[in-house]
Amino acid sequence: MEAEKVLEVKNLQKFFKAGRKNIIKAVNDISFDIYKGETFGLVGESGCGKSTTGRTIIRLHDATGGQVIFNNENVHGKKSKKDLLKLNRKMQMIFQDPSSSLNPKMTVMDIVAEGIDIHKLAKNEEDRKRRVEELLETVGLNREHATRFPHEFSGGQRQRIGIARALAVEPEFIIADEPISALDVSIQAQVVNLLKRLQRDYGLTFLFIAHDLSMVKYISDRIGVMYFGNMVELAESDELYKNPLHPYTKSLLSAIPLPDPDYERNRQRIAYDPAEHDTSEEPEFREVKQGHWVRCTTKEFEQYKRELENK
Amino acid sequence: MSKLLEVKDLSVSFNTYSGEVQAVRGIDFDLKKGETLAIVGESGSGKSVTTKAITQLLPKPQGYIKKGQILFEGQDITKYSTKQMQKLRGKDISTVFQDPMTSLNPTMKVGKQIAEGLIKHRKMSKAQAREKTIELLELVGIPHPETRIKQYPHEFSGGMRQRVVVAIALACNPKILIADEPTTALDVTIQAQILELMKDIQREMDSAIIFITHDLGVVANVADRVAVMYAGKIVEIGTADDIFYNPKHPYTWGLLGSMPTLDSNEEELFAIPGSPPDMLNPPEGDAFAPRNRFALEIDTKMEPPMFQVSDTHYAATWLLHEHAPKIDPPGSVQRRMQGFASMDDGKDGEE
Amino acid sequence: MATNQQKNDVPKELFVPHERKEDTSEKITKPSRSFFQDARRTFFKNKMAVLSIILMVIIILMSIIGPYFNEYGMDDQDLSRAKMPPRVPVIEDLPFLGMNGTLTSEFKGDTVEEATENAIMRYDNAEDYIDIKVLSEGDGSTDSAEVSATYHIYEAKDMQDEYFWLGTDQLGRDQWTRIWLGTRVSLIIAFVAAAIDLLIGVAYGGISGYYGGRVDDIMQRILEILIGIPKLVVMFLLLIVLKPGIISIVLALTITGWTGMARIVRGEVLKQKNEEYVLAARTLGQSNGKIIMKHLMPNVAGIIIINIMFTIPDAIFFEAFLSFIGLGIVPPEASLGALVDAGFKVFRLYPYMVFYPAVVISVIMIAFNLIGDGLRDAFDPKMHK
Repeated sequence: MEAEKVLEVKNLQKFFKAGRKNIIKAVNDISFDIYKGETFGLVGESGCGKSTTGRTIIRLHDATGGQVIFNNENVHGKKSKKDLLKLNRKMQMIFQDPSSSLNPKMTVMDIVAEGIDIHKLAKNEEDRKRRVEELLETVGLNREHATRFPHEFSGGQRQRIGIARALAVEPEFIIADEPISALDVSIQAQVVNLLKRLQRDYGLTFLFIAHDLSMVKYISDRIGVMYFGNMVELAESDELYKNPLHPYTKSLLSAIPLPDPDYERNRQRIAYDPAEHDTSEEPEFREVKQGHWVRCTTKEFEQYKRELENK
Repeated sequence: MSKLLEVKDLSVSFNTYSGEVQAVRGIDFDLKKGETLAIVGESGSGKSVTTKAITQLLPKPQGYIKKGQILFEGQDITKYSTKQMQKLRGKDISTVFQDPMTSLNPTMKVGKQIAEGLIKHRKMSKAQAREKTIELLELVGIPHPETRIKQYPHEFSGGMRQRVVVAIALACNPKILIADEPTTALDVTIQAQILELMKDIQREMDSAIIFITHDLGVVANVADRVAVMYAGKIVEIGTADDIFYNPKHPYTWGLLGSMPTLDSNEEELFAIPGSPPDMLNPPEGDAFAPRNRFALEIDTKMEPPMFQVSDTHYAATWLLHEHAPKIDPPGSVQRRMQGFASMDDGKDGEE
Repeated sequence: MATNQQKNDVPKELFVPHERKEDTSEKITKPSRSFFQDARRTFFKNKMAVLSIILMVIIILMSIIGPYFNEYGMDDQDLSRAKMPPRVPVIEDLPFLGMNGTLTSEFKGDTVEEATENAIMRYDNAEDYIDIKVLSEGDGSTDSAEVSATYHIYEAKDMQDEYFWLGTDQLGRDQWTRIWLGTRVSLIIAFVAAAIDLLIGVAYGGISGYYGGRVDDIMQRILEILIGIPKLVVMFLLLIVLKPGIISIVLALTITGWTGMARIVRGEVLKQKNEEYVLAARTLGQSNGKIIMKHLMPNVAGIIIINIMFTIPDAIFFEAFLSFIGLGIVPPEASLGALVDAGFKVFRLYPYMVFYPAVVISVIMIAFNLIGDGLRDAFDPKMHK
């Protein structure tokens, strides 16, 4: 089944200058597609470039190289104001830090309504208020909360206000940049449930960025694993969990602590050593099995194939 | 095993402009030699405040111990003077904080930061302290300690820095190590390393550990016993097996249900709805009642006492009362409780 | 461990599932307050800051209306009434306040007579109006005798009806009038400095921080050069072309005074513009202008206000310092610095001439610093409890 592609990321690169000579290759030549209505998970440890990827996709950073194609249109490059606004309406972002993602000097009403104002979605003041209150209820808050300020809310509530703000412009595609990392476990589940419900109700497509593999596994249809600016493995989430091929993915999976003392007592952690790779040639991103991609050399490619066959 | 630390009816409050915030409201627990007690709860549940009360590091003058006793080896340390407390903190009880970025002094060589405590509290000479420092760094798994002691914190990675923090905490062979979310700021692979390290060290030095976290996965990994805190109270306490395989309190159910298992594909997580209560005006009755989908009428009127489930297992919920209707934990939690046994099959893939 | 006592006292009928009338799990019980309401409350809890505000209001009012409280003008010179001590109606009868229009000092001599003579000589030979009190008889050796002399100068000069509340200076000008006029000049300079900070400093720092990159690089190099030149050097250079006075002081402040503000605003804008709420506004398609006005300005405002509170005493001190070394305000114009300078020259004999203007300067400087501290706490969300 070939689903409709919402987003195509092609050989995306984003380099930062650090000092005069050094260049940090935060995102180095990664490619993936996101299909309509799915959740694509992007995992990796801090500094692997997963957040930079998200921010480059939505134009918060200019790409150093490569393309981002959203609904068959290139996101980067020169654009008219009108086109940009159109893009901003269709593609939205949820941020990581609930304590800094809301302007502390604005009421919840004005925060949520910002997108409505920019895109002139409300007919009048009344309509604006009604829309904001509806959005608040959609994310499980009360309409009375509209007059309050961000600092009066708990982290989970603030995160939901951020979600309401993104929803206000009726987007198709939402980049969730570590939306749960800063939250308590119990609150994480609330937010994840909410995102899942929104996806079902509004047919949203998500790019879900996180470092917590267990939540990503739960929410995502497909997962890409990043390591130092490269995508090292990409597969459907069950496939990735059952048959991880890249040693880094294996080490990540083995490190997740699970709420089960028996399992934890017997857990064997697998350490990742980048030196164990075959260095005879520059690794490439190859499809080992239908829909299961691994960054590897030809030699490793054969080895992974055999590994899969022996399962 | 003897009781190293006993906390009796401890209440901690903060004075603020708006009034008294009751951060901890009468908790009891004890800590035995060589065991790890995990305190779990959401932010604001009072878990951090509890340990700050033990080490008397509450922000002064707002925070104070309202009532209760903290007995360390039988001595009530709430009555200790600042001097006595400093000595205790340096020697017998040490703390590892959450953020390895801020808990080291950036302008001081790592070796010196470790040696400081050795010289001050264990009256070592400089040469002895240096030797011991190298030994400690080796213990926490830092390679080439002889060169590393001459480096500054910024030359260490996040995980390595947290190892240094652990080394400092261990310098004086503390009887109690308080770990306040020591791995929350770290990546999972680094977190796994630090947890292994702490367990190894505990085996070697026989320290007791109070481990604070909101992550039940981490708890399952490190804890012998678990105390679940909500709104300034311990709502359930028991051995790790009690809490994970036979949870009794609906809040514990919620915490467990909030975590997806890697092999399940449930439509919705069993989350706890709503937000933690405002401790300025804790709700009447059971503080958890407004978020509890199994709440009884009595929960809104009276606070539940601790019910004993077994010798080691206590929970504060009216559901354990003999008159209470029988309520089973939600399906996903039950499946989890049994399902863990079969987890081993699903795990094969990663080996 | 609490146990299961009294569990049988619990009414049985309460053990039924609770039916929720409304969902209270998301309820916020605290009353709603905006950031500025919180800030205001925190500020008014700070008694020193509030006291400072009151003092400053009084001082500013006095600098406006104070000079018109009596009939003396700023430059009414009259040598016959030079160096008169302070004398205030009603409280002149309370001797310990020193407002009774007398000069008192101790004099030494070999004998009591000699000491007395010294006193009389010092006080215009107006023997009839001097009260002598012997402090020490002396034994004939050098300066062993000591007397305290009180000179009723108003009677001696036949000016019983005159009241110089804070005395007069060497040229017989009323100090009260001159102090308030001087305060006015000092405050004008201070407020001009604050306005410059606000206009140039905030704009410069804001642009530099928000646009970043090359713009920032160039603007920062210029700023570094300006910071490198001491204010005093700028003043010297200005005095080559200008006369000393308000204009040259204000110009000196215009050239260099705003650099601190520019740096602070730039730093804060740099920090704020990468905060996620600004990124969120950008992803929503908000224009640069609106981001600056709606998002950055309200969040940088606090630090700007605080910084201004510390600029003001700096400027006052700069003026006072210049006047004191003779580069500032030139007589007959008065400023607090110029008054202190004039009084300092006769400090031993007429301490009141330096005392009162010095008190006013000190109060202004301390008050602004305390207000600044109070505002800093008020704008710090951690202090809102």
